Amino acid sequence: MTAVNELSKVLYIDLSKRHFYTVLRDDLFGKYIGGAGVAIQLLKEECPEGIDPFNPQNPIVFAVGHLTGLFPLASKTVAMFKSPHTGNLGESHAGGRSAISIRSAGYGAIVIKGVSSKPCYISVHENKVYFRDASTLWGMRSSITAGRLIRENEPASGNRTIMRIGLAGEKMIPFACVTTETFRHFGRLGLGAVFGSKKLKALVVSGKKSIPISERKEYLNLYDSIFKTATDSPLMKKYHEIGTPINVMALNASNALPTKNLQLSTFDKAYEISGENIAKGFLGKRLACAHCPVACIHIANLRELYEEEPFFYKTSMIGYDYELIYSVGSMLCISDVNGLLKIIDTVESYGLDCMSTGVSLAWATEAQEKGIISLKDTAGLELKWGDSRCYIEAIKKLIEQPTDFFKALSRGIEYASSLYGGKDFALSFGGNEMPGYHTGPAAHAGCLFGARHSHLDNGGYSFDKKIMLDKNILPQQLADNIVSEEEWRQILSSLVVCFFAREIYKPEVVKEALKVSGFNLTDKDFSDIGKRIYIEKMRFKIREGFSFENLSIPERIYQTDSSVGLIDRKFMDSLVSSLKTKILTYLQTSS
Amino acid sequence: MRLEVVDADKCVGCQCCMFACSRIHKDTGLSKTCISVKSAGGMQRGFIVITCIACEDPPCARACPENALIVRKVGGVILKKEKCTGCATCVKACIIRAVFWDEEINKPLICFYCGYCAKYCPYGVIELRKTEFELKQSREGKDDSSK
Ligand code: SF4
Ligand code: SF4
Ligand code: SF4
Repeated sequence: MTAVNELSKVLYIDLSKRHFYTVLRDDLFGKYIGGAGVAIQLLKEECPEGIDPFNPQNPIVFAVGHLTGLFPLASKTVAMFKSPHTGNLGESHAGGRSAISIRSAGYGAIVIKGVSSKPCYISVHENKVYFRDASTLWGMRSSITAGRLIRENEPASGNRTIMRIGLAGEKMIPFACVTTETFRHFGRLGLGAVFGSKKLKALVVSGKKSIPISERKEYLNLYDSIFKTATDSPLMKKYHEIGTPINVMALNASNALPTKNLQLSTFDKAYEISGENIAKGFLGKRLACAHCPVACIHIANLRELYEEEPFFYKTSMIGYDYELIYSVGSMLCISDVNGLLKIIDTVESYGLDCMSTGVSLAWATEAQEKGIISLKDTAGLELKWGDSRCYIEAIKKLIEQPTDFFKALSRGIEYASSLYGGKDFALSFGGNEMPGYHTGPAAHAGCLFGARHSHLDNGGYSFDKKIMLDKNILPQQLADNIVSEEEWRQILSSLVVCFFAREIYKPEVVKEALKVSGFNLTDKDFSDIGKRIYIEKMRFKIREGFSFENLSIPERIYQTDSSVGLIDRKFMDSLVSSLKTKILTYLQTSS
Repeated sequence: MRLEVVDADKCVGCQCCMFACSRIHKDTGLSKTCISVKSAGGMQRGFIVITCIACEDPPCARACPENALIVRKVGGVILKKEKCTGCATCVKACIIRAVFWDEEINKPLICFYCGYCAKYCPYGVIELRKTEFELKQSREGKDDSSK
């Protein structure tokens, strides 16, 4: 199995000792495919039980898969680490050029351990690893500038990935992200903060190695058929034209667009911040991850006039996506696109996770409205729905932390609400701020039980449609759907296929693709491996203190109409207990 | 014929063309490609697409001390691998940097004007078209389709 051998090289980098070595891990890549499957094993091996996420021993694992570089849309890198945000499993996926660069550099995975004594960044150019000084970049106000400097200092333009953090990561804000290729993110669970704790500003990886295949003719045929499906499919066309913001209007129409901290589920000004409207007035460019013909990345062009200096303009290019529009748009009642883009740009330049930032600010606004927090708490800042300026100020304060309140808020709303109250409207699931889908019970239960507390774990929101079609559907049925979807997604994220391509990479296609890359799997193997990875991730969570017993659901979700009407508490309770029973039985019955 | 960059502003940076070129060179990934797509100083500025434009009087061929680059009548070059010593003089001679390098055999990698990559460009950025010489010929009514 040539493919396994070639992919299975793992690069270990120790920042404390400033050395690196490689190990062939056929054992892992043979058994767990790659991506998430391999990453969880490496995380288990490297992360001592119960350590603080900012302990130097907390490893950062990046892994790619067998199809990376061979087939279109196998373009994601899976990162794993112990999350400073939830205290358990940290897992985050991003595209850009990260996956192809890691694989072309000759690795299936990279593990970064230890802590650097001084700010540094790492450059991996195939078999060479450099520890570069980053003292000058550390503390720089804009991570975009830091990114540009690294770009100018490193070779291999066009064949490299540059992952970097901003001030949020340096300050170890537990929902800081890592940005790759300016517009893609390892978001959510705080990979940026773990970078920061290691004094690691960035990771650059480049390479041009070829990837062996076993059957060339079959490979070319399969390639063409996958490529054709990707370019012909209406779904892909939709993502290319309007991009993920196409969801704004769709979710708004079905009472699922969280608005004003989910006091509402429709936004009367939704059209203004819709994908359609932003495209009309602001769309400046569309970009793609490497090896993806779809090009779903949408970049807006924002032209601002300097207030006191006529004829001075600033033009910025700002990436936007549905989740960003929801979290710092409708959640904060922002309806002017200029303001929305400026908020996104601020979040971007600090390297924060946009969703957690927006949802935290929405909670803070309501908390201030209700008198739970005072003007003193916010250092005199009045948080007002719809006012982009106050939110830009608030984001700066999240970084500068002038008051105890901002210190608390920068740790997320689960923590902040545990100190200040307002838990019932703190929209956090398992410690992670909610995604933009108030479709019904399955969406929320999916996040609560998903290994990453992300809507992408199991796509719970899509199962709410089943409730809309059949009012008598049983909670057990939904629980089964949610868990089996999460299992299948372990396969996709071990192959590192973009979830947008999940309709293309059906089991039959995956099997064929793996075969030509020299890797034979049966249907049974698939379900076994998917299940095993899922269980391993859950086990890691539980090992690190996660418990199904202390899960709580914010009251707010019961108070606002969703796509299926008001969420029925009894139904939700039994969905939760079905999920609990199912997962616990799983964990007990498997070895 | 030659490969022409029709409109680089429409390029999304997917690099599907680069992967295609590697495949036509019987390889995978990005290892053997003679078209390069890189950002024009940050992706927000768009992309530069570099490939051989098939010069009528190619500096790369003039620079080659071994006469390993044979000039096509219509413009552009063909590498005679057996003559090439891998000195890389041609790389420097091409100021648009369209002479790439095949690390495996230590010889240049120059577009051979097959048009395979263009079939995989979803946005019509690149196309196989007639060279200036060929266009001139057809304008003058001398249709010379042989090399
Ligand atoms: S390689 Fe460069 S110099 Fe040679 S023909 Fe092509 S564009 Fe001209
Ligand atoms: S025309 Fe052929 S040789 Fe030239 S860049 Fe495209 S695929 Fe490569
Ligand atoms: S395939 Fe087309 S859009 Fe994609 S990188 Fe190449 S030229 Fe650009």
